[in-house]
Amino acid sequence: MMQANDYMINEPAWCPGCGNFFIREALAEALSELDIDPANLLICSGIGQAAKIPHYIRANGFNGLHGRAISPALGAGVANKNLKIIVESGDGDSYGEGGNHFIHNVRRNPDIAHFVHNNQVYGLTKGQASPTSDQGMKTGVQVNGVILPALNPLAMALVLGAGFIARCFSGEKEHLKETMKAAINFSGYALIDILQPCVSFNKVNTYGWYKKRVYFPEISNPGDWNSAMELSRQWGDKIPLGIFYQKPRPTFGSHIPVLEGEPLVFRTFNPAAHSGLQEEFL
Amino acid sequence: MEINILIGGAAGQGMDTVMNLLGKALVREGYGLIYTKDYMSRVRGGHNFSMLRIAAATPWTVVESTDILVALNEETYQLHQEKLTPSGRVIYDPDLFSLPDDESRGLPIELEKLAVEAGGKVMANTVAVGALLVLIGMEGREVERLLKESFAHKDGVAEKNIDALKAGMLAASKQCSACFTLPPLKEKKERLFIDGNQVLGMSALASGCRFLSAYPMTPSTGVMNYLAAKTKTHPVVVEQAEDEIAAINMALGASYAGIRAMTCTSGGGFSLMVEGLSLAGMTETPLVVIVAMRPGPATGLPTRTEQGDLEFAIHGGHGEFPRAVLSATSQEDAFYRLNKAFELADRFQTPVIFLSDQNYADTHRSVEPFNFDRLKYNRNLAEEAEFDKPYKRYRLTDSGVSPRIIPGRYKGETVLVDSDEHDENGNIIEDGETRKLMVDKRMRKLEALSNEMDEPDLYGDAQPKILLIGWGSNYGVLREAVDALLAVGKKIAMLHFSDLWPLPCRRLNELLPNVASAYCIENNASGQLASLIKRETGIEITGSILKYDGRPFLPGEIIAEVGKNDAS
Ligand SMILES: Cc1ncc(C[n+]2csc(CCOP(=O)(O)OP(=O)(O)O)c2C)c(N)n1
Ligand code: SF4
Ligand SMILES: [Mg+2]
Repeated sequence: MMQANDYMINEPAWCPGCGNFFIREALAEALSELDIDPANLLICSGIGQAAKIPHYIRANGFNGLHGRAISPALGAGVANKNLKIIVESGDGDSYGEGGNHFIHNVRRNPDIAHFVHNNQVYGLTKGQASPTSDQGMKTGVQVNGVILPALNPLAMALVLGAGFIARCFSGEKEHLKETMKAAINFSGYALIDILQPCVSFNKVNTYGWYKKRVYFPEISNPGDWNSAMELSRQWGDKIPLGIFYQKPRPTFGSHIPVLEGEPLVFRTFNPAAHSGLQEEFL
Repeated sequence: MEINILIGGAAGQGMDTVMNLLGKALVREGYGLIYTKDYMSRVRGGHNFSMLRIAAATPWTVVESTDILVALNEETYQLHQEKLTPSGRVIYDPDLFSLPDDESRGLPIELEKLAVEAGGKVMANTVAVGALLVLIGMEGREVERLLKESFAHKDGVAEKNIDALKAGMLAASKQCSACFTLPPLKEKKERLFIDGNQVLGMSALASGCRFLSAYPMTPSTGVMNYLAAKTKTHPVVVEQAEDEIAAINMALGASYAGIRAMTCTSGGGFSLMVEGLSLAGMTETPLVVIVAMRPGPATGLPTRTEQGDLEFAIHGGHGEFPRAVLSATSQEDAFYRLNKAFELADRFQTPVIFLSDQNYADTHRSVEPFNFDRLKYNRNLAEEAEFDKPYKRYRLTDSGVSPRIIPGRYKGETVLVDSDEHDENGNIIEDGETRKLMVDKRMRKLEALSNEMDEPDLYGDAQPKILLIGWGSNYGVLREAVDALLAVGKKIAMLHFSDLWPLPCRRLNELLPNVASAYCIENNASGQLASLIKRETGIEITGSILKYDGRPFLPGEIIAEVGKNDAS
């Protein structure tokens, strides 16, 4: 079995103190405890600080375009259903530039765990507002403060039919690790919105700000959609953490009969055997 | 001896049913056919028409004139009667409209009334087929067989349609029989009756494409329809993406994970895809993109044809990376050429764009069965002995192509691809030295890729004075024009490009200095192939015949243009 440290490769180019470090550690620990072979793990990301994660974790990696992390993950899952697939990216990447793919992949319900490093800001491009920035936050672009109401990714995913939604905080690493394990093991699309302090650009939502607010509510029935919606909508003085909703529904792949059996990628192929395709045109 | 038929009406009146039924029956009898569609971007109403040309050998294009006009409404008669030959006939329903008093070519058939008598108004088209059969002097048995085949699972429907067919035949035979003569057949050859999109779908499937992600866009959707129908019986997955950006990125993920994947679209969708195209170039992920062109800019003319995206296909996408651009010239060629696109993508680990257009995509022709043994399936994947461990996705090589493995295939080995500039391992870098090494590595692939491009097809006089240069779906119309001009003694030939980028220049350089006049014939307004030739060879093609009204060329238009300037 690989130790957590064995999963961590290369020196991250993140700012000292960045919340991303704990997320990376939690992931490494989760992978180690689940005993996942890096050769059978694929991490897809977009572009941003969070999206650099494929360079820092031992795994197959597809570090694609800004906002487009889920789409290649879906395609890869069609090709090889034996791959464990994690999509990991920032809030801007996942909910802004990639908003359309977020919406429709929740509906598709592929077997993917989606970990969003939500620092409520665009880190890599130096501090502009993201879709999850709180109203009033001032930036170099939003000079009078953000005027748009923040997007609520968990409520949105719930409405779209997500089978697994959770909120974590990178300052609660043990909880994050356990939640990641549950998400990876979940059959279907599993979203974890991870509150992640950005020490360089988000001076509002700091470690202290989150620490004061987060709490672990008692969740007796994770299949209760209404309570999940209530928890998802709590924001402000009190911010609940936990798996708000967990109820599997048929996955994308389960609707596709040809995916049964051996992964497509390992099946043999011979063009000459296909000449019968012409018959319908005779 | 040929027969040309034009059928027109409002969208939704079922012209396709008539042409498919009659066309397939004729092909089974051994005739050569082409059937084109001219349709509006609407589901009901408007004016749509289809043309069918019947000959002994498969024609390359339809022609201007028509022998039989099937006017499903009055507008069709008004719009097309000018094309009708003096000895032509007009099939129409006298209960719907009447022809002018001085029109002697009318052949009234109560299409709807006879259909209702046979069991339902929807079968008016079958009545029309019956009338057409009598006019062209063909027996009903093949059409009857087709009706039985297509309605095999619907109780009584085939029988009712056969009644409708017979009613049409009877009504027509009272007025005229074998007014037109089918061309004599030397031998009865087995042929397919197939349109351009179906050829591409079939080629993709038989080339081992396992995944198509696409967003519907005319005129590419036929490829998607073909493959979607096959998902019930073949190991291929078709996903309708939420947009073209998702479509290309899904295909890239599938290809990265090791299966042949493709997307298809038209110009507007390709605009949304080009960032993904650039990602394919950077990550060195094989990908085939079919771009079925229609007139732009923007939404343009959705159901019409144009060759306006050649430059876009060659240059679309930011940054510099190698790519190939191939095109569909005819069904006969496109079947093998799309397979070549997959082969090139895998061999050079880079995107290949396959340009088609509405003229190619929607046209049915009778073609000889394809030889599936000619299709290749070389994935260019490294075996365990062929790569150094630990595996590095972007190992620097002389050819610029790095050994490629599939994630999850070899124990302990991982595959990292990155849209950022990267090192051999796939990790982000920013230093200038590695950057330069990687750019050079990628661009090195162009050299061998260039050698794979087929020289343009030369047809006609071996030492031509007049040279017609074309590309893509204009192949057929150029063939017809050249044949006609050869027949009147012109020393003329055509030089036709299927592979467009990297542009193969050898034949151009050999031929052009020796011809008296050369023309580029293109369905665009700016002469994009001519510009490309000038850029790549320095040779300026002075003659240009351009058409950009959204309609394909007819042979007569090219013959007239050449005749104007080359009266000799
Ligand atoms: C198409 C495109 N547009 C814009 C950018 C610039 N860009 C890179 S990352 C980013 C925002 C990143 O924000 P987020 O996803 O929240 O990641 P973070 O850096 O905060 O982790 C932007 C706008 C880009 N790379 N590509
Ligand atoms: S900018 Fe913010 S998110 Fe990015 S590394 Fe620095 S602290 Fe982390
Ligand atoms: Mg962010």
